[in-house]
Amino acid sequence: MKQPDVLQQESPIGQSPPRKEGAAKVTGKAVYVDDLPVAGAIYGATVRSKVARGRLVGITYHPGVPWEDISVVTAADIPGKNTIALIEHDQPCLADQRINHPEEAVVLLAHPDREVVEKARRLVELHIDPLPPVFDLDESLDGDVRVWGKDNVIKAFSIDKGDVAQAFASAEVIVEGDYATGAQEQLYIEPQGMVALASPKHGITVWGSLQCPYYIHDALATLFGVAKERVRIIQCETGGGFGGKEEYPSMIAAHAALLAWKSRRPVKLIYDRHEDMLATTKRHPSRTRIRSAHDRDGKLLALDVDFRLDGGAYMTLSPVVLSRGGLHASGPYHCENIRVQARAAATNHPPHGAFRGFGAPQSVFAMERHLDKVAEQLGIEPVELRRRNFLQPGQKMATGQVLRDSIDLPQLLDRALTMSDYLRRREEFSRHNEEAAASGSSLRKGIGLASFMHGAGFTGSGERYLASIVAVDATPQGMVRIRASSTEIGQGKDTVFTQIAQDVLGLPSSMIEVIRPDTAEVPNSGPTVASRTVMVVGKLVQRACQELRRKLSEGGLLGESYTPTEFATACGIFHQMGGSLRVESQYQQPSGIEWDDKKYRGDAYATYAWAVYVAEVTVDLVTYETRVDRFWALQDAGRIIHPVLAAGQIEGGVAQGVGFALYEKVVWQSGRMQNAQMTNYIMPTSLDVPDIFVEFDDRATRTGADAPHGPRGAKGIGELPLDGSAPAVISAVHHATGLMISAIPMTPEDLLQALETAR
Amino acid sequence: MKQPISLIVNGERYDTLCQPNLTLLEVLRENLQLTGTKHGCELGECGACAVLLDGEPVLSCLVLAMECAGQQITTVEGLARGAELHPLQAAFADHGAAQCGYCTPGILLTAKALLERNPCPSRSEVREALSGNLCRCTGYLQILDAVDAAAQVLREEQR
Ligand code: FES
Ligand code: FES
Repeated sequence: MKQPDVLQQESPIGQSPPRKEGAAKVTGKAVYVDDLPVAGAIYGATVRSKVARGRLVGITYHPGVPWEDISVVTAADIPGKNTIALIEHDQPCLADQRINHPEEAVVLLAHPDREVVEKARRLVELHIDPLPPVFDLDESLDGDVRVWGKDNVIKAFSIDKGDVAQAFASAEVIVEGDYATGAQEQLYIEPQGMVALASPKHGITVWGSLQCPYYIHDALATLFGVAKERVRIIQCETGGGFGGKEEYPSMIAAHAALLAWKSRRPVKLIYDRHEDMLATTKRHPSRTRIRSAHDRDGKLLALDVDFRLDGGAYMTLSPVVLSRGGLHASGPYHCENIRVQARAAATNHPPHGAFRGFGAPQSVFAMERHLDKVAEQLGIEPVELRRRNFLQPGQKMATGQVLRDSIDLPQLLDRALTMSDYLRRREEFSRHNEEAAASGSSLRKGIGLASFMHGAGFTGSGERYLASIVAVDATPQGMVRIRASSTEIGQGKDTVFTQIAQDVLGLPSSMIEVIRPDTAEVPNSGPTVASRTVMVVGKLVQRACQELRRKLSEGGLLGESYTPTEFATACGIFHQMGGSLRVESQYQQPSGIEWDDKKYRGDAYATYAWAVYVAEVTVDLVTYETRVDRFWALQDAGRIIHPVLAAGQIEGGVAQGVGFALYEKVVWQSGRMQNAQMTNYIMPTSLDVPDIFVEFDDRATRTGADAPHGPRGAKGIGELPLDGSAPAVISAVHHATGLMISAIPMTPEDLLQALETAR
Repeated sequence: MKQPISLIVNGERYDTLCQPNLTLLEVLRENLQLTGTKHGCELGECGACAVLLDGEPVLSCLVLAMECAGQQITTVEGLARGAELHPLQAAFADHGAAQCGYCTPGILLTAKALLERNPCPSRSEVREALSGNLCRCTGYLQILDAVDAAAQVLREEQR
């Protein structure tokens, strides 16, 4: 289509242009890792410990396959340091002596014939002297069996505000509760996989399904003991991530690269679903104990939270997950006296890791359930209780951070109530349930809600340490190329970056190219996590584009207003004069943001997204099934760049939240997942996801102090929906059944049990 | 022992040699390099591998390639009408129905079969028809919208 040659007057921000990534994805042309044609590839396989804890004393390769044709790699073959470098170096790439969980990789195999390699995998026998394992989080914290470090504690911190002890001593009402959430599998539909080429002469190149190219880059340089320039990581089209492709891909890339290094052939290492579910990370299971002190009106006087996560066998990202969880534990509420004690403990489960929400869904679930409990105990409507305790701008949060967002939470709540017709439905369902109980009908109806926030971008000083960089350059033909390591994993990053660039440069979308993440081509704009891509990296894209425009206009080549052709001509002349049209912009912390990592004091996040979610459910007391009938998701996530994509993020997140609440149960036995299949680990299908009414409302914060953080006032949204969906659903179940459910997932069996206990 | 097999995919005839125990999914992806068809489980659980066999959706990870000889196989590569996208493809791109895009080929074909059978499906009929196709990204709603929009375009074309 021919574009008119005029400067685009209207900003594309807030429009929903067709997706840049769209066409390839609907025609089957998008190339995912297993679609890569790799001539002469051999196929890799991983032999795992199967034993939760022990000492490896020997390996036997039983006859039955042509072992001389099979590439075999063990820890002894690792050229550099045997570790998957992340925060610490405690996790080995291949176990050599100590086995700490049942999916620990010990031997790698590769052969041109997949059937041969699979057969060989079964013929490797590991001799492991077992050691006593620990699977229970609290047993681990008791420390009787030491499985990690000196006391099994991977990370602990506390947040202290005011005088909690004194507030409890004088309080009229004290409410206590214990809450728990289960492991959750990310279950991206594309299983993980990597392709690698590696040799001492040519260095290491890996292609794969991944979220964070530079994590892998660092991990491989350490593993091979080579300079970083010798390692190149290229992202293929990626079939979903949700955090699951944040840290584990470093492991698969390491394995593929080791096999390639040893065999001198290209290696394809693609997990099947079963292996993916068994071995890769899941959401940290959590336990939270909350004590709160109130006056008779429900006003929150003190809050004491004990938040614990099962980190699994190694540190991986647990400290950061714990941080986010702990920092979200007191929710969008004001309280003068707060103590949050947070601990992540090691067990002999495979390491738990990043999953959309990153600790916050766990602690938000606990706090929101607790407030429903308090409401019930005090005879106050849950809505009222929240309204009485909302944070207001200018007040201090748990870390002492002064709330600078100009959010008006009572107003957001009112809008959610109106949108969902909450009060009328609540009354109607209460009546319905009384009648149903009287008539012996089995169906109960309920409506419930959750109010919450999600800190946008990295926690604390994370962004400052990352110091992300985005580069933008323009060709002599005027093509603008955006270079960032931020990955497209379904969220529409290319489209949104293009909109941000267009907004600054006034060019048609066809003149903007977003370069595929490849560490040889793009600078490190940080990992694609923490709802930071639009807000933090998008801002860098904006600044780099401004810089590019300034460069051209300072050279006198571009006026205030120009056509795309004039822009291209200007680029051509600039290049002819020998100038470089490449600009970089690097993250700078906005002024006034202070964070103390040791004491957990200060500005935990630059800004927050705020939300009130409402769920309506039907519970069948004969089949014990819970259906979510309708869902309303209202949020202030700042300026929305692309409404269709943003709504898609919310809807997809709510669906995962419904799964987290009602369906997705990992069954553990001796540290292994017993239901590592899509038939018995159940995620929501098209029949299970309710109609979801999504609204974005940034009226309150549009002009507030938080607006400058993202481009045009955008904030992060990706993780937000995971935080509030499960508590809203369970709150509705509470209304429907009168049961104070405090652990999820709540499957029909769990509901049956809760009903029997209540009887 | 490899055996010769000839398959008709998207109206074109392909001759290849394969082990008789290979699934249609494997032969499409590996022998014919038609990698638009995806795999998410290879056990009939996710729907990512759905293709059409004589117009009916099947899970290509569950049928042997040998069994498909002589039948019309349609994959995502055969959906577009020359240079133009099929209305379903266009609607999926416009409505945000393809986020990561991995479930998309299977869902497009399942939806195509539905609309051929039932040009004017209700929302719950679409939900029903797609219930074997898992999507982890979208929460399905934009997919339902896209199928609805495409159905309308297709109906108008029929007039
Ligand atoms: S790959 Fe065939 S149904 Fe999952
Ligand atoms: S779009 Fe990612 S699984 Fe459906």
